[in-house]
Amino acid sequence: MPDEIHNPGATGVCADGRRAVLRAAGVSKRYILDEIVVNALNGVDLSICDGEMLAIMGPSGSGKSTLMHIIGLLDRPTEGTVVVEEEDVSRMAPNQLAAVRNKRIGFVFQAFNLLARTSALANVELPLVYAGMSGAARAERAKAALEQVGLGDRLGHHPSQLSGGQQQRVAIARALVTDPSIVLADEPTGNLDSRSGIEVMVILQQLNEQGITVVLVTHDESVARHAQRIVHIADGRVVREEILTERIFAADRMKLLDAEENLS
Amino acid sequence: MNFLESVRIAMRALNANKVRSALTMLGVIIGVAAVILLVAIGTGVQDEVTGSIEGLGSNLIFVFAGNFEEGGSSGGGGIAIRKQFTIDDADMLQRRLGPEELVVPLVQGPAILKAGNRTMRSTLAAGNEHADAVFTAEYLGGRAYRRSEVAAASRVAVIGSTVRDRLFPHVDPVGRQMSVNGQRFTVIGHVASQGGSLTGDQDNQIYIPVTTAQRLLGSRDVSSIIVRASDPDKIDELQAQIRQVFTPSFGEEFSVFTQEQTLGILSQLLGTLTVMLAGIAGISLLVGGIGIMNIMLVSVSERTREIGIRKAVGAKTYDILSQFVIEAVVLSVAGGMVGIALGWSGALVLQQWVPTEVTAWAVALAFFFSAAVGVFFGVYPAYRASRLDPIVALRYE
Ligand SMILES: Nc1ncnc2c1ncn2[C@@H]1O[C@H](COP(=O)(O)OP(=O)(O)OP(=O)(O)O)[C@@H](O)[C@H]1O
Ligand SMILES: [Mg+2]
Repeated sequence: MPDEIHNPGATGVCADGRRAVLRAAGVSKRYILDEIVVNALNGVDLSICDGEMLAIMGPSGSGKSTLMHIIGLLDRPTEGTVVVEEEDVSRMAPNQLAAVRNKRIGFVFQAFNLLARTSALANVELPLVYAGMSGAARAERAKAALEQVGLGDRLGHHPSQLSGGQQQRVAIARALVTDPSIVLADEPTGNLDSRSGIEVMVILQQLNEQGITVVLVTHDESVARHAQRIVHIADGRVVREEILTERIFAADRMKLLDAEENLS
Repeated sequence: MNFLESVRIAMRALNANKVRSALTMLGVIIGVAAVILLVAIGTGVQDEVTGSIEGLGSNLIFVFAGNFEEGGSSGGGGIAIRKQFTIDDADMLQRRLGPEELVVPLVQGPAILKAGNRTMRSTLAAGNEHADAVFTAEYLGGRAYRRSEVAAASRVAVIGSTVRDRLFPHVDPVGRQMSVNGQRFTVIGHVASQGGSLTGDQDNQIYIPVTTAQRLLGSRDVSSIIVRASDPDKIDELQAQIRQVFTPSFGEEFSVFTQEQTLGILSQLLGTLTVMLAGIAGISLLVGGIGIMNIMLVSVSERTREIGIRKAVGAKTYDILSQFVIEAVVLSVAGGMVGIALGWSGALVLQQWVPTEVTAWAVALAFFFSAAVGVFFGVYPAYRASRLDPIVALRYE
């Protein structure tokens, strides 16, 4: 049961007077495939508030990933606008969008999306490379990010030499290394076993506690309940929104899991 | 992002895919090596032939079997030589022209020389007792072969300076033995270097009696007959006289040229050969370039996800474009350098059998062409890659 209905919508009025890091207003996305029109999104209004942990939840095919790609500036809406840090990005040229992504947005994908045959350190350095950073400072920052996700001892490992959970942690390090306003995670635990999944959620919640805005995209209620707020979407529309009074803390689940394993 | 960083990214990407990089380079390597090698052979042959004519005396008239003159019955497409000159033809010409003019039947051919444990490739230049009218080198020691030695087909040889330096370094060669195509010869003289001509190739020659050369090569033919005019003003008149002498027995199937005409014709012929060889090599370079484009195109689609990832974390169009262009340039330049090394060493190895000469222009041409081919064929796939939509690239399966 929803504890409270609240939708800041496109107006960007967040609880406690917080500002919106990102706003989507009237966003629609239409795909036309051989005369079949797919309305992946139909007029979505959404505000993401500074420092919150938000889950976008809905069944398969409801348009979650499409929405994430649009608010992550990887894709353009057919209609509607996206505003990042009070800057309207709807009319920006591809290279300007790349700069905004680089500076403000970190991505975590279900399929990790690391560069193959490239060390963890080089993967994490990648956004800094494109930010124009170089030399020792860049390597230092990438190393610090990897240490933050508990991989300080795996700097030289290639993705193929890391477990799925470790790869996803490298991806999280890459997302946070530029100190972005917002980290977008699309089914970050989708390809992981339960322990690795919990580890990833622990890290995402830690990041959020440090003040980074985190958006989780998932079809899985038990994942979504790690957030503070859930936006439910179906058929490309926001259908419901809830603010969680009882969220799940991944660190607690981890302790429980450890205890269970010690018993058996 | 600066240029150096693009180079580093490209190098890292090439390094991460060594097999693909090596395969891409292979086409360029083969193309460049082929250009250098084939042009080296063409130039080497051309220089050896023209050099050997330039190094001859002056006031010479050359008589060849076969009609090389323009509009000749056997000219044009290919020259069919039905009947070769022999020593008897030369003797007859000498009788008809009188003792004022010197007639030399000439035989040329390849020779493998051995002395002790040293072996080298050289050229035979054989004539009769008047040969020093044609071969004008200055004697450093010993003597020329005599009329009696021509008559007896004696195995005596006068050696050029290159031969002396290689086979008999630091000793007087006169009186020493050497083997020519497996036969024992005595060195009776040696001549000074004729440096100053195009190549110095005629320094790598041995001079022997024409009769000896015919036995050695197993043929009664002579390559050409050379007449030295006693007076440069008589050259035109002599040309006409020579035509008269041979027309009854050879009809139209012989040619009479002055030294300048011969040189002109030969360099034209051999120049065409070099251009043809260069053309063939150029085609292989083009094929190498298409190979680069192919692999770059494949690699772009293979690497669509990589492009998507790079764009997602902030790579701009320019960053992707420069990465792929630099990859293509690095591959073709590296391939070009390996190709140069390979073509050059190939030319050195081949020198045992054919004259080769690596020319700066062929190296430069091959190198710049390979770089151009790499850039040209690398830019299109790179341009396509750089224009990909980040989401399209990321979703690519
Ligand atoms: N490139 C595309 N071309 C055509 N249709 C598309 C494309 N991308 C997405 N769609 C359609 O848009 C709709 C929403 O897709 P989306 O990937 O956003 O769903 P989702 O909520 O992320 O689902 P899942 O939980 O399975 O990942 C689907 O019907 C899908 O078929
Ligand atoms: Mg999805």
